[in-house]
Amino acid sequence: MKGKALALHLTLLPAILLALFAGAACAQGFGGLGSDAPGFETPKPGAPVLFPKDHGAHEAFRTEWWYVTANLKGADGESYGVQWTLFRHALEPKSGAGWDDRNIFMAHAAATSAKEHLFAQALARGGVGQAGVESAPFKAWIDDWRFEASDNGFTKARISAKDARFSYDLTLTRDAPFVLQGEAGFSRKAETGQASHYYSQPFFTVDGTLVLHGRAVKVAGRAWMDREWSSQPLAPDQKGWDWFSLHLSGGEKLMLFRLRGARDYLSGNWIAPDGATRLLAPGDIALEPLSQSAVGGHYIPTRWRVQVKSRSLDIVTAPLNPASWNGGTSAYWEGPISFSGSQNGEGYLEMTGY
Amino acid sequence: MRQTLWTLAALLSHWRRHPANLATLVLGLAIATALWSGVQALNAQARKSYDSAAAVFTGGTAQTLVAARGGLFSQELFVRLRRAGVKVSPALEGVARIGKNDAGEKNVRLIGVEPLTLPRASTLAALSETKEATNILTGAGRSFAAPQTLHDLGLAEGARAKTERGFALPPLVATEDAPPGAVIVDIGVAQKALDKPQRLSRLIVAGDARVEAAQIAAVAGDEMRLVEADEESDLSRLTDSFHLNLTAFGLLAFLVGFFIVNASFGLAFEQRLPMVRTLRALGVSARALVAAIGVELLAFTLVAGGLGVLGGYLIAAALLPDVAASLEGLYGAQLSGRLSLDASWWLSGFAMAGAGALLAAGSGVTKTLRLPVLSVARPIAWREAHQRYLKRQGALAALALLGSAIAYRLADGLVSGFMVIALALLGAALLLPVALAATLRLGESLARGPLSRWFFADGRQEIAGLSLALMALLLALSTNIGVGGMVEGFRQTFLHWLDERLAAEVYYEAATPKDAREIEDWAKGDPRISAVLPIWRARTRISDWPVEIVGMTRHETYSAHFTLLEARPDVWRALFEEDVVLVSEQLARRLKLSLGDALDIPATSDVWRARIVGIFPDYGNPKGQLRFDHAKLAQHFSDASGVHYALRVAPADVASVMEELQRRYGARIARLIDNSGVKKISTEIFERTFTVTTALNTLMLIVSAIALFASLLTLSSLRIAHIAPVWAVGVARKRLAGLELARILLFSAGAATLAIPLGVFVTWGLVAIVNVVAFGWRLPMQVFPAQWAQVFIVALVTALVAAIVPALRLARSAPVDLLKVFANER
Repeated sequence: MKGKALALHLTLLPAILLALFAGAACAQGFGGLGSDAPGFETPKPGAPVLFPKDHGAHEAFRTEWWYVTANLKGADGESYGVQWTLFRHALEPKSGAGWDDRNIFMAHAAATSAKEHLFAQALARGGVGQAGVESAPFKAWIDDWRFEASDNGFTKARISAKDARFSYDLTLTRDAPFVLQGEAGFSRKAETGQASHYYSQPFFTVDGTLVLHGRAVKVAGRAWMDREWSSQPLAPDQKGWDWFSLHLSGGEKLMLFRLRGARDYLSGNWIAPDGATRLLAPGDIALEPLSQSAVGGHYIPTRWRVQVKSRSLDIVTAPLNPASWNGGTSAYWEGPISFSGSQNGEGYLEMTGY
Repeated sequence: MRQTLWTLAALLSHWRRHPANLATLVLGLAIATALWSGVQALNAQARKSYDSAAAVFTGGTAQTLVAARGGLFSQELFVRLRRAGVKVSPALEGVARIGKNDAGEKNVRLIGVEPLTLPRASTLAALSETKEATNILTGAGRSFAAPQTLHDLGLAEGARAKTERGFALPPLVATEDAPPGAVIVDIGVAQKALDKPQRLSRLIVAGDARVEAAQIAAVAGDEMRLVEADEESDLSRLTDSFHLNLTAFGLLAFLVGFFIVNASFGLAFEQRLPMVRTLRALGVSARALVAAIGVELLAFTLVAGGLGVLGGYLIAAALLPDVAASLEGLYGAQLSGRLSLDASWWLSGFAMAGAGALLAAGSGVTKTLRLPVLSVARPIAWREAHQRYLKRQGALAALALLGSAIAYRLADGLVSGFMVIALALLGAALLLPVALAATLRLGESLARGPLSRWFFADGRQEIAGLSLALMALLLALSTNIGVGGMVEGFRQTFLHWLDERLAAEVYYEAATPKDAREIEDWAKGDPRISAVLPIWRARTRISDWPVEIVGMTRHETYSAHFTLLEARPDVWRALFEEDVVLVSEQLARRLKLSLGDALDIPATSDVWRARIVGIFPDYGNPKGQLRFDHAKLAQHFSDASGVHYALRVAPADVASVMEELQRRYGARIARLIDNSGVKKISTEIFERTFTVTTALNTLMLIVSAIALFASLLTLSSLRIAHIAPVWAVGVARKRLAGLELARILLFSAGAATLAIPLGVFVTWGLVAIVNVVAFGWRLPMQVFPAQWAQVFIVALVTALVAAIVPALRLARSAPVDLLKVFANER
């Protein structure tokens, strides 16, 4: 599971309604992801993931997200990170047409450099066209923020977002198949059975333009896309998570997460350059926070030691910008990182519930 | 300091010896302040309500987008703009009728908003404080209304109000943030409740991002119009004239009250001249005297101003329901029923009292200060200056009348319209003492016998002391005649016009256009119904003014009954065969249109050019109106609301047809009413509108009676010096008292006589200048002699009531008091 997606998405329900209406129900877990979901479908092991259908929305489930993070190098020699995320959250299992649609969409866009982290949020109701998702060809949008595939095969896609301070328009090109996380796309989140359907595309190459405060920079690099849908992805005692997506040297990819609850739940996936995956057992993974940064009034562990014993991986991660705080309705840390040790490389880190 | 205090004590002792003088002074100042601040309170309350209605969307600062030609626009434009990156939030406003639990229905402004995109600046964003807010998008949803609105509707929190179309609104939640008379719901609920699927009335621009017109044009072409936050709302523009009318009344009432104060102060200063001379002779400096008078004025301001502001509050509270009802009836404006006034209103009341007191005391103070220390005090010095006084009055009167004439020549606005009337009133009032003096002089020259000669001659002396009170009476009487004439003329014209306009017997509004078609088909087949007349409606904007469009069918109902002010001879043929329209008088005046002119009318998808073949009266409608062929309306305005119909039915069948419509279609008929019902509603609105006018009018008459009473009372002690010699030569006290009474009646009769032509002039000014500018229509000028007779009698009764106490006092005065005049003890 891609924690990051969760994070955002969590924000959604409480975020949207609470932010806008400030009335506060005390939701369980980060963003209410741990609360009961009567009337919604729950993820089932063995349910096949089908393309292009599953690129689209799954209205029987309460919540889902489309998540892209990119590690970029600018023509100016600087490192940058970009995030594009759309969350769908159903307020009720029964939904109608038009304004009776009970889906709320929330999007987060961020651009990070070593000097600053810029974040923007958008909210919309489903049903009228302000925001939505289509599966073939894939298309997700909210206002003028878009994530669109050029064809049904999803070989090329574009992400764009715009705010008063920053904007970006990036082309994503895929040269490997989509990767099913967990057990053939069924990703467990707790020992009590909470789970989500989860697939990724960690092999996107990226080029395009990033504009920060009116200054345009040509950028190129790698992007990682995550798709998850569920109705109750967290156990009630799970308060947040730490999630890593790493581009290893030699074209391998690594996804790791830790859900922090009464007992931490660890999981991960080692992805070969051809997309073949190997699920990592909880005991195989060791995550150790090394130092904290004060961001947005919270103490966040921004340097980590990450180990995968079976693969002899032992690295230390460092953020491009420790202040990568997405201060939306449900705030969390999400930003580009680099790592060194037994391997060198880059990736994204998401931390919620601090 | 001590000197000032002692001087003050000496000055104040006057009031202890003349409590009646004190009472009239305080009362006059209090009443003047009360009438003025009462009217101001009503205006302030109304403005506040308009502002809160407007702030619902903009929070007072945001831009909004509306359809360029008025009315509603497609929701798709909202999506297009959002997807082009323009941060706007959709809203739909409309009127729904909500049934009360007991009887009757009440109009509410139904406001649909979209909570996720609603800018934080909007006053509605404060709904976030409500614990129910999170429920707006789940379950049955929520409706929000002010506690006062819930109370007016007779609904409790949690209740589901039903609209006339049978739609049950989500459960109600009370919140102070909702504007008065409004119910706030989710945009989707509003579209269903108002039967406007996919339609919006407004887009609110999110506060921090300013939008340029070019940006909008790039996405929406010329369909949308950007409204800046400070742009005046249609509502406040439409109601402006109503409030100006109120203000004019308040000012007039203040003027009348001011006359009382002036009279009281004038007399007090005259009476205190000997005291002032003594004080000055004893060494009190002019400075100390000024300080003492200043403190005295301040005390009056505080006491009388306080009473006045309190009275103003009471007047406003008493009149508020009527004002609210007429504003709602005339303009659909909703006023909060609970009077809430801020500090500036209280302060302005005191300021007005202070200014009034200062102005009224001005001449007295100057005279006091200029008094040569060693000159002999002359308590009745004013008599000697009488001749000069009359000359000055005459000159001022001429000046005021000239001003009135100039204002008329220049008249182009409401303010100059009122100037014409006000200056004419002032001129006539100033002229009154001159005219009375001339009459008395004539009487004197014609009189035989010494007593009757004395009667006239002494009367002339009395005029100066009574002139202000008589002027006040004249103003009150002529305003009464003037306004009464206008209101009565309006009532007759309006009722006659209503009879003609409501020629059809049954009117109904279907819940949806689909229901309307079905009902129409049924009605066409019913033998009792001789004609089915669709009166479809649409809206547009011409020269940025809201215009209603109403369709007409070719039928005798219109050709035989529809009143036209001006028309081409073949108007009823042309209307259905050519590209022509009828325009309302308001629209014709505002756009300076006349018969035969071509008019460009923004239609749904194009601009339709039509020629004007007739101008019709449309009394009481703040908006302009266009009427033309029903078929052309359907063709040019595809979004016309095709739900309004009229039926021609034989009078005997009206009840049975209405019953059957009700039974067959139930909730699919949103409104069903016969013509007598419509007439009743219209007449009620009319009557309530003028309740306020009548109330202010009556108050003014009462005030002028008090003015007269006050002047007579204070004069009566001075009059003893004039009467004592006549008594001494053998005229009985009773006779003298009778003569005094006769004189006052003569004066009042004089004032009333002058009030009649003056009142007719006021009627003319209101009908021909003020109404035309304020409302856009002109009533035929009518006069009502029966009203004059009534006013004449009122004048005499007023004078009698005011004069009876002083006269009785004279009749019963002890001979020793009269004898004192000849001793040195006075």
